[in-house]
Amino acid sequence: MSALAGVSVGRQRQTPAWQRQWQHFRYVTTANPVTLLAFIGLAVMIAVAILGPYLIPYDPLASLAEKALKPPSLEHWFGTDQLGRDVFSRVVVATRLDLLISVSAVALSFVVGAAIGAAAGYWGDWFDQLSGRLLDTIMAFPLFVLAMGIVAAAGNTIQNIVIATAIINLPFYARVARAEVAIRSNAAYVQAARLSGSSDLRLLICTIFLNTLPPMMVQLSLNMGWAILNAAGLSFIGLGVRAPTAEWGIMVAEGANFIISGEWWLALFPGAALMLAVFTFNLLGDGLRDLVDPARRT
Amino acid sequence: MKYFIQIGSRFLQAVPTLFGIIVVTFLLTRALPGDPAAYFAGAAATPASIAEIRTKLGLDQPLPVQFLSYLRDLGNGNLGQSVTTGQPVVTELLRRIPASLELTLFALLLSVAVAVPLGILAAVRQDSWVDQLCRFVVTAGVSLPTFFTGLLLVYVLYFLLGIAPAPIGRLDMTFLTPPQVTGFLVIDGLLAREWATAWAALKQLLLPAVTLGLFTLAPIARMTRASMLAALGSEYLRTARAAGLDGQTVLFVYAFRNALLPIVTTLGMVFSFTLGANVLVEKVFAWPGIGSYAIEALVVSDYAAVQGFVLAMAVLFVTLNLAIDILYTLIDPRIGMEGRA
Repeated sequence: MSALAGVSVGRQRQTPAWQRQWQHFRYVTTANPVTLLAFIGLAVMIAVAILGPYLIPYDPLASLAEKALKPPSLEHWFGTDQLGRDVFSRVVVATRLDLLISVSAVALSFVVGAAIGAAAGYWGDWFDQLSGRLLDTIMAFPLFVLAMGIVAAAGNTIQNIVIATAIINLPFYARVARAEVAIRSNAAYVQAARLSGSSDLRLLICTIFLNTLPPMMVQLSLNMGWAILNAAGLSFIGLGVRAPTAEWGIMVAEGANFIISGEWWLALFPGAALMLAVFTFNLLGDGLRDLVDPARRT
Repeated sequence: MKYFIQIGSRFLQAVPTLFGIIVVTFLLTRALPGDPAAYFAGAAATPASIAEIRTKLGLDQPLPVQFLSYLRDLGNGNLGQSVTTGQPVVTELLRRIPASLELTLFALLLSVAVAVPLGILAAVRQDSWVDQLCRFVVTAGVSLPTFFTGLLLVYVLYFLLGIAPAPIGRLDMTFLTPPQVTGFLVIDGLLAREWATAWAALKQLLLPAVTLGLFTLAPIARMTRASMLAALGSEYLRTARAAGLDGQTVLFVYAFRNALLPIVTTLGMVFSFTLGANVLVEKVFAWPGIGSYAIEALVVSDYAAVQGFVLAMAVLFVTLNLAIDILYTLIDPRIGMEGRA
């Protein structure tokens, strides 16, 4: 039994790391078709975000009064809104803005959260105490409400939506980073690097932090969907994105006024796009977790 | 005695949290872009009136002094005045809080009533159709934007089927508000024996509560399933089975009671989501709670009102968490054991 295990370990060592990763990736995607679907969904979303403005049949801001509130037809796939703008074009164009807001918010909180968490996990002591208190205070607020307060205080701009979303997501990254760094800070390979004369900072960044990236990535993609929901929620209540701009949250908000009179297409299509985006990121997060950490599979 | 010490220490733990919340809300007020005095003075302010307000608000004082006077104001229950309505913010918040609480608590009740049995069934019959349903509900539930589900429900149940009442507030215009006892219209209606009013209020409440409940269903169901699975696979459960206890006892007394602890802990996070989503649902259904108050205030940059709202929500959240912590202490079998020993 032990001899067999030795053989298989030996064979694993011979194949290069990237090839093993690729095999594992192929295994996970083919074993779970849902994950494959999520990867495809992500690719489509990125393509639409980049190419969207070149693909749309109508100008998303051009209004034609005589064509207002027309239901979906061959000419206008998703119908037209109260100003006669093509809903399909607006939904497609909005992809870029929505992804941009949530990606920058998540990236911001990833970088800052990882730095705070890693420093707290590695040096501990007073910095750990202080940052812990700070993060606990953020978590003591209902997070969406805190975001509302921050945007209201700092000013009603898209930039502040990004900052507010980043702040409310900060604790999640900082906590994962802190825990992952703390369990590794005295691992054998870290001690070896320390003995060979690496400075603390170099050790933390090059040796420890790189090894915490997989769990951080999982947190990232699980968090993306939530970030999109938050940003869209903020613009739904009238914060951040201003009226003529195409953005899913504000489009649903505008369409909401027409639901009671039966014009469902105004709110349905942007809402469905939003839902699909969040769904994709959540599935992706679950899939990535399987890829990184098969033991936590549920 | 053990319980009292535990509960007392939970109360004490909430004090630094509350203090942190007050500091953050204070700092948010000072983070206003430009001059807060100009903000509070309103659009038609002259330089003289701005200067007057600056002195009146104490904005010419150093920051720690300002903080102390902020604390004193809070102690006197003074959150400032709303620019648009001219009413003190505290009065308006207190008037509207029952509506928000009624919605939130009813929604939580609904989602716990569905999610916990669903999670248990999914864990007991792992990989059956119930488990698949649970998995679907969990993944779909966290992906649904609350405001979108709300609109969808309104369209289908109100516009298409005509079952639900129009999404305008807590009670149809044709009914008189029952005399206020709890502030919850359904309960007040029942207490006043005005059955028709209570029924009408319940009908108004149902759709927003279902919307909010759908959102909180996912995390509760996921946690119930996971912690039930952990409990079912444990050694003490195998021992209980081996000792010949019947399935019902094993499931509900041994497994569920132990699985309950992580579920109760998750509720804290769920509250955070619920209170946030509450704002969105209140907007969709024109629910006259503190969420729609804050939205109206945000649109016109009525700053004191938004501040008061954030503070009220945070205090509500801490209170709910405190209640959960105390509940946790009461149901934790280990603490009970220590007390007896």
